[in-house]
Amino acid sequence: MWPEQLPALAVAVPLACAPVAALLRTGLPAWTVATVASVASFAFAVLLAGSVGGLDELSYAVGSWPVPYGIELRITSFSALLLLIITGASSAALLAGRHSLETEVAAPRHPFFYAAWLLVLGGLIGIVVSGDAFNIFVFMEVSSLATYILVAGGSNPRALPAVFKYLVMGTIGATFYLIGVGLIYMMTGTLNLADMGTRIHDVADLKPILAAVGFVTIGLILKAGLFPLHVWLPNTYAWSPHIVTAFIAACSAKVSLYVLLRFDFMVFQGSLVDHQLQFSGFLMPLAVLAILVASGVAMAEGNLKRLLAYSSVAQIGYVVLGASLMTASGLTAGIIHMFNHALAKGAMFLAVAGIAIRITSLRLEDLAGIGRLMPWSTAAFMLAALSLIGIPGTAGFVSKWYLISAALDAGTVGVALVVVIVASSLMTVAYIWRIAETMYFRAPLDNAAGVRDAPPWMLGVLWVVALANVWFGLLPGIPLVLSADAAATLLGHLP
Amino acid sequence: MKLFGLYNYWVFALLLMIGLYAVIAKPNLVKKLLGLSIFQSAVFLLYISMAKVEGGTAAIIQHTAEPQIFSNPLPHVLILTAIVVGVSTVALGLAIVVRIREEYGTIEENEIQARDRDR
Repeated sequence: MWPEQLPALAVAVPLACAPVAALLRTGLPAWTVATVASVASFAFAVLLAGSVGGLDELSYAVGSWPVPYGIELRITSFSALLLLIITGASSAALLAGRHSLETEVAAPRHPFFYAAWLLVLGGLIGIVVSGDAFNIFVFMEVSSLATYILVAGGSNPRALPAVFKYLVMGTIGATFYLIGVGLIYMMTGTLNLADMGTRIHDVADLKPILAAVGFVTIGLILKAGLFPLHVWLPNTYAWSPHIVTAFIAACSAKVSLYVLLRFDFMVFQGSLVDHQLQFSGFLMPLAVLAILVASGVAMAEGNLKRLLAYSSVAQIGYVVLGASLMTASGLTAGIIHMFNHALAKGAMFLAVAGIAIRITSLRLEDLAGIGRLMPWSTAAFMLAALSLIGIPGTAGFVSKWYLISAALDAGTVGVALVVVIVASSLMTVAYIWRIAETMYFRAPLDNAAGVRDAPPWMLGVLWVVALANVWFGLLPGIPLVLSADAAATLLGHLP
Repeated sequence: MKLFGLYNYWVFALLLMIGLYAVIAKPNLVKKLLGLSIFQSAVFLLYISMAKVEGGTAAIIQHTAEPQIFSNPLPHVLILTAIVVGVSTVALGLAIVVRIREEYGTIEENEIQARDRDR
């Protein structure tokens, strides 16, 4: 009986636990509630990933209202993969992060902080499982508003202007999406994504639909932080509490890309003439610019977290580049890169959180020689960095391999794309080397003497995530199968 | 005639652009939030306009002999949710502005940037 309720439970458990966490008086019980809810949703995600295989889709009618009229939750392989990323990132960050949060967030605010965390988690899960366009908007706003709270909840005042910019741009993005959904509803009379896709065929005047394509695409790439709409991203990642960065850097941008791909393929691709060409023609140049420009900026950046944030902008470019090839192998590459990048960046930001417990400034010159003082944190950081570069044997290599082979299938353009990918990998080596050189080959600063490694519990979680990079590099079976099925599901909507 | 018959949508587009202009051009953070609020209100107008059926009334069952024409109630319900979202966004934004004023002593964007550069 109850396994049928899994899609609803995955959303309901974090949302229902959020007020419980807010009502608790002190940090520890609230942390326990948040962590248990997060691990429980991870368990739901694993069960759901096991129950959708191949092109199967799990449809759940909320409140038993028949599907095109009521709200539908729809689990595909793509949603299952994203669920694993979101719940996994949240669980790892919460398990590792209590100590780090205590140093950054004032104690009376802890229960509210964990409540906001659960709202982000529930909202992101809601976006991923929902098959209803307006429902996605509501969950998007639930998770965004709670994310603003998490980002501004720390002690660094520089987070405040950053989060204000994020709030303004995020709201514009979500409102654009809402306008697009409104225009489609006006012409088709439905809010269900699958139903929209079939009903657009009968629309006589396509002009509002074409406007909707523009609004939805721009709104979502604004929320995903694709170049040149990434300006909110670096400062938000850099100044939010470190554990929050580890959580949102691993999943929130990817969820927007997920909505973009799912919306575009389910609703527009099958029913608009030449849409595939326009989709790739619009997104591919942006992806290439994202990869090259952001990697270049990362090479010159002096703050460790801002450097990693610019690297994230480049990695979003990789995902979009894979998707814009519009082939099964390209989409597989883009989608598996969501998973692999979440592993690598999640581990790197967790390591940064561990380092930041002991050292307040994260400017590169202040991190000189910490490889000797904090050997375990820095080693895990470097292991994940190798995965980010794409060294064979790590998860990053799997996605780079698929991306390059997908690009080679694409003819002349593909060769240029391979040059871009290789050039940006070299730039990644360059900025990672700057960090490695600072951490390992410089003498520690005088005021850093006596700095110990991060707390053992945190190191344990960090190393689990870091070693997962190697595990999924050598045995990429599960994410690879899910990504290939996700790509096949998306392409199945084409005429 | 057709052009002006749909004047609701012209007002929608105009409000949308006024809001976006204020968000981009005004350095004062409160004015930016006002712009954002206008920007969102424009979308409310879009939804409400599309729901209108000529001669239609509120979608409440009326026990009268002659058949009734109803306006589409669904966009009203949707936009009720969007209004709540808009109110929360502005409230949260204002709370952040208050915190910025406490930390920086100003709510002008250029002065905040100048303060950040000096740190």
